[in-house]
Amino acid sequence: MISLRIDGRTVEVEPETTVLDAARSAGIAIATLCDHQSLGAYGACRLCTVEITDGPKTTLQASCCYPVKEGLVVRTDAPAVVEGRTLLLQLLLARCPDVPAVRELAEEWGVRDTPFTRKNEDCVLCGLCVRACEQVVGAEAIGFSGRGTSRQVGTPFNFTSDACLACGACTYVCPTGRMQMEAETVARFRKRIGTERKCRYMLMGVVDSKLCPNNYDCRRCAFDHAMEYRFGTHPAFAVAAARVKETPAPA
Amino acid sequence: MVLNFGEKQDMKAPGPITGVEDLKRWKEEGLRSISPEVVKVTVGMATCGLASGAQSVFDALAEELGKASPEAVVAKTGCMGFCEMEPIVEVRHPGRPRVIYREMTGEKARKLVAGILDGDVNKQWALATVDESSNGSPPATIEGIPRLCDLPFYQKQKKITLARCGQIDPENLAEYIAAGGYSALWQAVRGKTSDEIIAEIERSGLRGRGGAGFPTGRKWRFTRGAAGDRKFVVCNADEGDPGAYMDRSLLEGDPFAILEGMTIGAYAIGAREGFIYVRDEYPLAIEKLEKAVVQAWACGLLGGNIMGTDFSFDVRLIRGGGAFVCGEETALIASIEGRPGEPRQRPPFPAEKGLWGKPTNINNVETWATVPWILAHGADEYGGLGTETSKGTKVFSVVGKINNTGLIEVPMGITLREIVYDIGDGIPGGKKFKAIQTGGPSGGCIPEELLDLPVDYESLTRAGAIMGSGGMIVMDEETCMVDVARYFLEFLKEESCGKCAPCREGIDRALEILQRICRGKGEEDDIQTLEAIGRMMQGFALCALGATASNPVLSTIRHFRDEYQAHIQDGRCPAGVCRELIRYRIDREKCNGCTLCVKVCPQQAITGEKKEAHVVNEARCVKCGMCYEVCKQGAIEKE
Repeated sequence: MISLRIDGRTVEVEPETTVLDAARSAGIAIATLCDHQSLGAYGACRLCTVEITDGPKTTLQASCCYPVKEGLVVRTDAPAVVEGRTLLLQLLLARCPDVPAVRELAEEWGVRDTPFTRKNEDCVLCGLCVRACEQVVGAEAIGFSGRGTSRQVGTPFNFTSDACLACGACTYVCPTGRMQMEAETVARFRKRIGTERKCRYMLMGVVDSKLCPNNYDCRRCAFDHAMEYRFGTHPAFAVAAARVKETPAPA
Repeated sequence: MVLNFGEKQDMKAPGPITGVEDLKRWKEEGLRSISPEVVKVTVGMATCGLASGAQSVFDALAEELGKASPEAVVAKTGCMGFCEMEPIVEVRHPGRPRVIYREMTGEKARKLVAGILDGDVNKQWALATVDESSNGSPPATIEGIPRLCDLPFYQKQKKITLARCGQIDPENLAEYIAAGGYSALWQAVRGKTSDEIIAEIERSGLRGRGGAGFPTGRKWRFTRGAAGDRKFVVCNADEGDPGAYMDRSLLEGDPFAILEGMTIGAYAIGAREGFIYVRDEYPLAIEKLEKAVVQAWACGLLGGNIMGTDFSFDVRLIRGGGAFVCGEETALIASIEGRPGEPRQRPPFPAEKGLWGKPTNINNVETWATVPWILAHGADEYGGLGTETSKGTKVFSVVGKINNTGLIEVPMGITLREIVYDIGDGIPGGKKFKAIQTGGPSGGCIPEELLDLPVDYESLTRAGAIMGSGGMIVMDEETCMVDVARYFLEFLKEESCGKCAPCREGIDRALEILQRICRGKGEEDDIQTLEAIGRMMQGFALCALGATASNPVLSTIRHFRDEYQAHIQDGRCPAGVCRELIRYRIDREKCNGCTLCVKVCPQQAITGEKKEAHVVNEARCVKCGMCYEVCKQGAIEKE
C-alpha cells in the first residue's frame, strides 16, 4: 500500500492507482469531464488538475494521469487550482452554454456565468466517444479531425462509416448528447438481408449468434431491453469490463 | 557495392572506413577537394542563398568559368551565417588568401570571372578575406579588404556547431572528414565505453538546444538505464518557430555532423535504430540528409559493423506533415508511429516509454551536431565556454528589424546588447530599438531596459522569455507589442492540436480579447483577464505548447503594460500599427504638392492641386500607409 496526503487527510491506496482514484476512494470530489472508469487516462479536459508536492517540487498536475507515490502531498483546493478550474469552467461554459452536463458541472464547482462570448457548440471534445469506440468496442469508426479550434469528432470525411456497428456506445457515453446515431447508419443495416442481419449484441461479441427480428429498431426490441436491464450499463462497456477481469494478472 | 553519389559527385569513393589508414585516405581526398591546386569558386547554396538568387550566380559562374578555364572548380556549400550578404561567393586561389564576395548576381558573377583567373580582386564587391595557412607566418591580407574574423559580425562569434557550415560541401563525406569529422566517432567506438561517453557529455554541461534545456548527458543516462533491449534515438528536426532556421542551416550545411552525433549517442545509449524527424517544408535539408545517409551507409559509418566494430546503427528519415505541435516530443513520437501528432501526458517520459513503448532518446538537431565536437575536443574545452549553468555556445537566428540578419553562434552569457548592436549592427534606418523576441511563439519579448541581460537559460526565463530553439526577432519602435502578441496567438491558434481544453479554449479567447484591443474596443479588465488565462494555461495545459503559449501575452503585458493601456484607455496605438486606431493627416506646411501620394493611394482618398497642399479624405482612407511610405517631404503624419 502507498500512503499519501490529500487535502490534509492520509489516504492509503494500491500502487499504480492515479491520484484521482485515490481522492475518490477517500470521498474527495475532483471535477472531471473526460474521465471514465472503463477508458484509459486521457488528460484532455484538465479539470482534475490539482497541486502536487513531490519532495521539493510543487507543481500543478492532472490527477487522472498522475500515479500515486509514497509521501505525495496533494491539494485539490489550492488557490492556483481553484482559480484555474474556475476559469476553465467559464471557458467550457462559454463553448457549450446550453449543454446541461456542462452547466451542472460548472454549477457544482461554483461557476454560474461566463464573462466570455458564447459559442453555442454542443461538443466539449472530451473524446469519450472516440475512446469508447476504439478501446471498448474496437471498431475505430469515429475519430477527431481538424486541429485546434476546428477540431471535431466524426467519421472519416464525414461519410457513413462501414466500420460502425451501430452499437451506440458513443451515444451512451457522450456527456453532452451531441453524439447521435445518424439515420443513414441504421438504414445501412436495414438494407442487409438474411444472415447478414446481425444483432448489435452479436457484432459487439456479447452473444454468439443472434439475428435481428426487429428491423434494427433497438428501442422497441424486447431482447435489447432485457440485455440492458441485465448489464445495467451499455453492453459494450459490460463486455469490456468482463474482458479485463478475464485477463490474468501479469506474474 | 558501387554507389552513384549523384551527378556532381564524380569523386572516387575511397572505400569503406574500417581502419586509421582509411580515415587518412579519406582525409587526403577531402583536403584535395577543399583546397585544390586550381582556382576554386564556392557559392553558398543553402535556402537563404538560393532565396537571394544563388542559383543564377552558380549557373553563371559554371558557364563562364567552364568556357575560360575548364579545370577550375565551381563548388556549392551551405550557409556561412551572414544571410544579409547573400548570395555569397568565395574565390580560392592556391597560395593566396580567399576572397569572399557579397550580394552577387548572375551579371556580377560573369564580370567577376574575367578577373578571377588573373588573380584580380574586385574590392568594391568583396566582403572579406580569409587566410588560414598554418605555416606560422601572420595571415596574408589584401589591402582595402578586412579579414573575415575582423568583421563586427564575426568578431564576437565562436563557431563550434556551425564551424563547418559554409566551409565544406555538405554532400561530400571526404570534405567532412577532412574538416575533422568522424574522428569523434572513431574515438568513441574504438576506445570508449558508453559510460565514459555519457560522463564526458555530462561533464561538458551540454543542455538540450531544442528549448527546454534539459541536461543532455542526464537524458542519455536515463535512456541507457531504462529497462528494455530495444531502444531508439530520435533527432527532432521539426523546427517550426517563425523566424528560426538554425536547424535548417545545419541540416543543409553539415548533415554528417548530425549523423555522427546520433551514431555516438546511439552507441552510448545502446540503441540500434534512429529516426530523424524533418519537416517536409525543408526540401533541401531532406535532400542533403538523404545524400548524407546514403554516403555514410556506403562507407560503413551507418548500418552494420560501423567502422569495423560490431556496433550497428541505422537511421531512417521521417518527413513531418507540417504541424508545429509535432516538435513536442510525445506528439513527435505519435507522428512517427503513424498516429495523429498529439501530445500525451508525461510521465512516463520517452526515456522510459517512447516510440512503440520502448525507451527513446530525443534530442534536437543542434544538440546532436554539437556532440562530436565535445568528444573530439574534450568536455573541459566546451565547459570552459559560457556561464556557470549554461555551458558552451548557442546558435541563434537573428532576424527582424536589424541590419545584419543572419545565423550566429555565440558563447552563452553574451549580452543581448552585444548581439543586437555589435553583431547585428543595430536597427536599420536609425530607428529606436524596442524589444527582442526570443524563443519563438512560446518565448517572450525583452525590452530595452533588459538588453544587458546575459543570454543563458535562467536569465531569459526570469525575464519572462525562454531560450527556446534560438530564434531572435528584433523589433523597432514601429512595432506594436499588442499586435505582436496577437500575431503569435494567431499562429498558436492555428497550431494548437486542440486536444486539451486550456490550450484550445484559452488561446482562442485570449486572441479574441487581443483582437478586440487592437480594434480599439478593449475593456478595462481585459488585461486582468488575459493574465488570468495566461496563468491558468501555464499550470493546466497538457503539453509545453499550451503551457508556454501565453508567454508572448504575459511578457508583453509585463514589460509594455503602458502600451496595452494606451490601446484600451486612450484608443491610441503608440507605434502606429493597429489600423483602426490610427489616422493619416497631411501637414500643410510640409506638403509641396508633388502628387506622389495621390498616385499611390489605392482608394483615391487624397485630393489636391499640383504644387498645393493635399488632404486625406478619412472616409475613404483604408489606412494602408502607402502615402506615408512614399512621401519624400515627410509631410504625412500618423496619429
